[in-house]
Amino acid sequence: MLKRLFRHSKGEGNDCSKLCCTKIENFTVKVGKLTIFEDVNLHVHCGQLTAVIGPNGAGKSTLLRAILGEISHTGTLKYADAKGKHTGKPIIGYVPQYLKFDVSAPITVLDLFSACRSHRPIWLMPSNIRDEVEESLKRVKAANLIDRRLGALSGGELQRVLLALALNPMPDILLLDEPVSGVDQNGLEIFYNILEDLQNNEDMAIILISHDLNMVARHADQVVLMNKGVVCSGTPEEVFHDSRTRRIFGMLTEGGANHGGTGFVWVEHKKKKHQQGCGCPDCAEAEGDEE
Amino acid sequence: MEWLEYDFMKNAFLAVLLITPLFGLLSTMVVSNRMAFFSDSLGHGAFTGLAIGAVVGIISPMESLILFSVVFALLITWIKNKSSASTDTIIGVFSSTGIALGLMMMSYGGGFNKFSNYLIGDVLSITTQELASLLLVLVLVFIIWGLMFNKLLVLSINQSFARSRGIDVMLTEGIFAAMVAVVVAISIQWVGLLIINSLLVLPAAAARNVSNSVKQYHAVSIGSAMISGISGLILAYHFNMAAGATIVVISALIFFITLLLKPRFVR
Ligand SMILES: [Zn+2]
Ligand SMILES: [Zn+2]
Ligand SMILES: [Zn+2]
Repeated sequence: MLKRLFRHSKGEGNDCSKLCCTKIENFTVKVGKLTIFEDVNLHVHCGQLTAVIGPNGAGKSTLLRAILGEISHTGTLKYADAKGKHTGKPIIGYVPQYLKFDVSAPITVLDLFSACRSHRPIWLMPSNIRDEVEESLKRVKAANLIDRRLGALSGGELQRVLLALALNPMPDILLLDEPVSGVDQNGLEIFYNILEDLQNNEDMAIILISHDLNMVARHADQVVLMNKGVVCSGTPEEVFHDSRTRRIFGMLTEGGANHGGTGFVWVEHKKKKHQQGCGCPDCAEAEGDEE
Repeated sequence: MEWLEYDFMKNAFLAVLLITPLFGLLSTMVVSNRMAFFSDSLGHGAFTGLAIGAVVGIISPMESLILFSVVFALLITWIKNKSSASTDTIIGVFSSTGIALGLMMMSYGGGFNKFSNYLIGDVLSITTQELASLLLVLVLVFIIWGLMFNKLLVLSINQSFARSRGIDVMLTEGIFAAMVAVVVAISIQWVGLLIINSLLVLPAAAARNVSNSVKQYHAVSIGSAMISGISGLILAYHFNMAAGATIVVISALIFFITLLLKPRFVR
C-alpha cells in the first residue's frame, strides 16, 4: 500500500513544474456532422497510470488516435518536462488494440523490430540490432520470442511485443489500447506488472484504455470515465463510487459475489475489510502490505 | 551442354538468369501485399500501352508500354488510397478497360497479328542489347529493394501500423507499383502476357509454404524462380515447347511440393 500512496502523492501533486506534465485541453473530434467526442480534458503526470474506461463507441480509441495526431481534432496538447528536453514535442509510444495481419506471413519478431528500427535491408543482411532487440524484449518478459513467427504468437505475447516496440525509443507518453479479448488472465497479469515497472522506473505518463475494471481498480492512479466526452474522473475509488459510473456499467454490478470481471467487486470488497481466506488477488496484496 | 553452343540459347539462358531473380524478388511483396490481382491488371493494361505506341508512332511500342504501365500503376495506387470503393473493384475496372481499349486499338485496320508475339512471348528472340538493358533493370531493382524493403515489409503487415511508424504509405506503395510495372513491361515480350503474372505469384507463394523468416522467404522465392527458369528452358529446348509456359508449369509443380511440405517447415 505504501508504494501505492507514494505513487499517488507523486502523481496528484499540483506542482506541474517539477514533473513532466501533459495537458490535453478541449479535444473534440467530429467526423462530418457526427461528434465522436467533445471537450475532453486530461491532466497527466509522469509516473501516473491513467485508465480510460467507458462503453463501446464512447470514443476511447479515437481519443488515443487524436493524441497521436492520426485523426484531425480541435483542442491542444501541451507537454512540458522538468528538464525541458522534449517540451512541446513529446515522444509518444502507441500500442494499438488489434494488429490485423496475415498470420501465415513469414516474419519473425526480430524481422519486425529490425524493419521498424533499422535501415539495413533485412532480406539481405543479418540484423545489426539483435542484442538491442533482445534487451527490449527482456523488459516485457518476451526475450524467448525473438525468433518466433508473428503469426505464432498468442494474443498476450503479441501485445507485449508491440509494447516493446512502442518503448523503442523510450516515449514520454505511452498510449495503450487494450484488446477486448484474446489475452488470457495470466497474460493480463504480466502486462500490468510490466506497466508497474515502467511507472516506477521510467519518466513517462501512461494512458491506458482498459475493459478490465478489476485491473483498473488495482493499478490505475487516475480513472477517466468517457462517453462521447469525459463523464467523470478521479481516483479509482471516486470514479467507481460515482452514480454515473454505476449507471453506465450498471448491469455489471449485479452478482457481486464473483471476483472476476468488474472493479465494483473490488470496491465492495474493500469496505468489508477483506474477508479471511477468500484468496482473491486483492486480499493477497493487502495481506502482503500489512506484514 | 550442347544446347549452349547456339547463340540464341546462350542469350536465352542469360535472360533467364536475369529475369527469374527479378521476379523471385518482386514476387515476395506482390504476394505479401496481396497484389496478385494488381500485377495481373498490369499485363492487361499493357495491351493499351502497346497499342498507343503503335498508333501514335512518335515513340516505340516498348517506350510507350513502359510509360503507360507506370502511369497505369500509379493511377491505380492513387485511386485505391483516395477512394472508399473496394480495391478489387477498382483494379477490375482498370484491368478490363485496359484490355478492351488495347484490343480495340490493335484490331483497328486488321493489324492485330503483329502483336500476337506479346501474348506468348519468346525468350529465344532476346538480343545482346536487350540483355544489357535487362541487367541494368536488375541492378536498379536490387538497389531500390535494398533502400526501401524494410518500409515495404512494415506496410505489408498492416497499413495503419505502418502509418503509426511514420511510413508514407502512398509513396511506398507507389514506388513498388511503378517498379513492378516497369519489370512487367520490359519482360512481357519474352515471357508473354498470358503467363507473366504466374511468375510474379508462384515463387513467393511456394516460398511462403516453407519459410519462417523474411530471409528464408527471399532465398526460397528467388531460388525456386531460378530453378524453374533454368530447368524450364532446358526442357523446352529438348522437347521443343514454349519456354515461358514450361517455366510456369515447373513453378506450379514446386508450389504443390512445398504445399505438401508445409507442416514440416512452418513453425
Ligand atoms: Zn501538470
Ligand atoms: Zn489516487
Ligand atoms: Zn477477496
